[in-house]
Amino acid sequence: MTSVLYDVPGPRAVLRNRLIGVATILVILGLIGFVVYRFAVTGQFSAEKWYVFSFSAVWVQIAEATGRTLAAFAAAGVLAIVLGFVLAIGRLSDHAWVRVPVTAVVEVFRAIPVLVLMLLMYYGLPVVGINVEVYWAVVIPLMVYNGSVLSEVLRAGVEALPRGQGEAAYAIGLRKSGVMAFVLLPQAVRSMLPVIIAQLVVTLKDTALGFIITYPELLAFAKLIGSQGTYGRPILQAGIVAAIIYIGLCLLLSGIAKWVELRLRSSPRVIAAAAAVAPLQREGGTNTQLIVAQREDDVQRQDDQGA
Amino acid sequence: MGVIFNHLPIWGEAISNTLILFFGGGVLALILGTIVGAARVSPIPIARAVGTVYVNTVRNTPLTLVFFFFAFGYPQLGLPAFNFLYLGILALGLYTATYVAEVLRSGINTVPVGQAEAARAIGLPFSQVMGYVVLPQAFRSVVPPLMSVFIALLKNTTVAAGFSVAELGRIRAVMSERGENALVVLLWVAVIFVALVLLLSWLQRTLENRWRIAR
Amino acid sequence: MRKTRIGALAIIGIAALALTACNSGTPTAAPSDGEGTDEGTAWFEVAEDVTLEGSPTFDRISDAGKVVVGVKEDQPGLGYLDVVTKERTGFDIDIARWIAASLGVDEDNIEFVRVDSSAREQSIVNGDIDYYVGTYSITDKRKEQIDFAGPYFVTGQGLLVAADSDIKSVDDLSADTTVCSATGSTPIQNIRTNYPEVKTVEFNGYSDCVEALSSGTVDAVTTDEAILIGYAAQDPDNLKVVGEPFSEERYGVGLAKGDAALQEHINTLFTDGGEIWQAIFDKNLGSSGIDVKQPAVD
Repeated sequence: MTSVLYDVPGPRAVLRNRLIGVATILVILGLIGFVVYRFAVTGQFSAEKWYVFSFSAVWVQIAEATGRTLAAFAAAGVLAIVLGFVLAIGRLSDHAWVRVPVTAVVEVFRAIPVLVLMLLMYYGLPVVGINVEVYWAVVIPLMVYNGSVLSEVLRAGVEALPRGQGEAAYAIGLRKSGVMAFVLLPQAVRSMLPVIIAQLVVTLKDTALGFIITYPELLAFAKLIGSQGTYGRPILQAGIVAAIIYIGLCLLLSGIAKWVELRLRSSPRVIAAAAAVAPLQREGGTNTQLIVAQREDDVQRQDDQGA
Repeated sequence: MGVIFNHLPIWGEAISNTLILFFGGGVLALILGTIVGAARVSPIPIARAVGTVYVNTVRNTPLTLVFFFFAFGYPQLGLPAFNFLYLGILALGLYTATYVAEVLRSGINTVPVGQAEAARAIGLPFSQVMGYVVLPQAFRSVVPPLMSVFIALLKNTTVAAGFSVAELGRIRAVMSERGENALVVLLWVAVIFVALVLLLSWLQRTLENRWRIAR
Repeated sequence: MRKTRIGALAIIGIAALALTACNSGTPTAAPSDGEGTDEGTAWFEVAEDVTLEGSPTFDRISDAGKVVVGVKEDQPGLGYLDVVTKERTGFDIDIARWIAASLGVDEDNIEFVRVDSSAREQSIVNGDIDYYVGTYSITDKRKEQIDFAGPYFVTGQGLLVAADSDIKSVDDLSADTTVCSATGSTPIQNIRTNYPEVKTVEFNGYSDCVEALSSGTVDAVTTDEAILIGYAAQDPDNLKVVGEPFSEERYGVGLAKGDAALQEHINTLFTDGGEIWQAIFDKNLGSSGIDVKQPAVD
């Protein structure tokens, strides 16, 4: 769609586009230049501020803090996926006594901010005598929130599948659990995989909230470095280092997502599944491209069937 | 209930700051997000590149880090000093704008391509294609995901708690200073958020039903 | 594929080279307060065969073989953690070590945990820490939840301002000035009660306040003078402490409520250990110019 919004530019349009492009670059460079200039003037690039980063002991501790971030993320991610499946199955259940409470639980946990859940676990529960270790006070809220969101994603994925899939599965004699486990959920997972991995990226970013409840992860350590008076209180520098690490980790995770999507896209099972849900999943394509793609799928299917 | 009524001014300030962060951040996000979204589909390659870099960088940064830079980096810029509340609005607006831009972009993609082709066929330039034909139609399909982005924004306002803004996330620390039961305070905060989010979700469903398009 | 592999190896190689350029030792120009940094632990010996009847905290300590102490990490001169050398220094830290030694726990078995001002009572009540030594002011409100041993230090609330500031004392604060302190600390409550028109900003720790002061976001930082002096000493060209102390703050050791045995043990330690107290004071705060005598315990 985006390519049909404008004609192939003629000479005047090319000139105008170039001018606007140059103007945009100037504005952006101006903004960045201003920020860099102000930082230089207030001595943010001076060696004294960066001195603390020349010690390997500091980098070892940064690595440890990143390790703790990743530990919280790994546990929260895996548990969120598991919980997402459980809740999705609950929400798709035929029994109202299962469906209604699960729906209520999912809606409530999607509505409460993750930080409030963390505060509840770490500062609220001890009031009634339950002491929670800070690691679990970070992991459990992340698990609960992202599990709820993932359950919605999986439910949307299952409901987006053609009804024929479910009906065919029932027709060959599978019961509800078999239908879900063998036919519907696998396809839903495959088609929703980008969204699931995007939610995992959100989980990784939300581990940074742990610093508010004093979980010693990367951002908390960056603040500690930033408060060291003996090294000039390099708070901005610590923030920049932490930002680079976080952005790197998230980009890595998104890159894995794209790679998984690419690998899956070329697998024959997925091509068939994608063709089945094509009208609803091709978010980037125009209608024209859709028609072409469907014709290709038909050809592909005929090839597969040895026609 | 005593927890709230004994300290009504504090709760009042916290709720109003949360709402200020939400509306301020929302307006900023809408404006900036529309600009960035338009830049990402515009015919100018530089604008597309800048928009893509901005969206991808900010979407891969935790919101806490964005707040961190605004709280501690902004004072170094020598610009007029801002209250932490306004810095919070800036941070939230900048962060949420990327999600708004993405939602707008996929909204534009749902408009049937024939519309844009017809607009081009009658000779409209890019700005008019967008302004008169595509965006008004995209608006209808954009509203439900946009409401989801705003619900996420409402919940993200709590991150300001770590940065000295007296909103609902911070109220536990203020209350426990006054000797109140932290569990009760936090449960009330959770209830308030659930109520606000349910309100927004109801709004989302109503708009979705009113503007549902039969294709 | 080969190109990306070579590229990856090159990046790893460069990173390894960069790391070798890092300093692995302690900073050469480490500032040290006072004399005799190594003689600290020689003043008091670890007691042997300590028994303390009727103290659940002590039973927990002896069962675990170690003691968990809550402290501050960002207050130079009082409770400070150097991120490079990982050394903990400060008046409160040494007092904590002294108490631990009297309970029969030696240096290696002390576990220091950072607890911020707003979470102190909670962590003592929960049993996360055995006792807390970190500029902990004794107030009646706090005594409802925990007990105090001491006081072991008396100071007052003061103001830290920029070197070129016009503020000379607490009376110069007005509705145009912004004052910063830590959430959950007595100084901020004091300002709010007695000077309600002054604008306040709160952070989790005082170092954030000092940073805000340096960048001009706030006009003054208020907390106990002892803490402010530490910050001023680190940056004397840009910061100064002004005015007379305008309240009285008595620091105590935070303990679990009802643990009278431990409270008495520590109080006796303080009363009988005058010279050790003075040595600890001279080492950490002696060069700051403030002159404090050891207070009598309650």
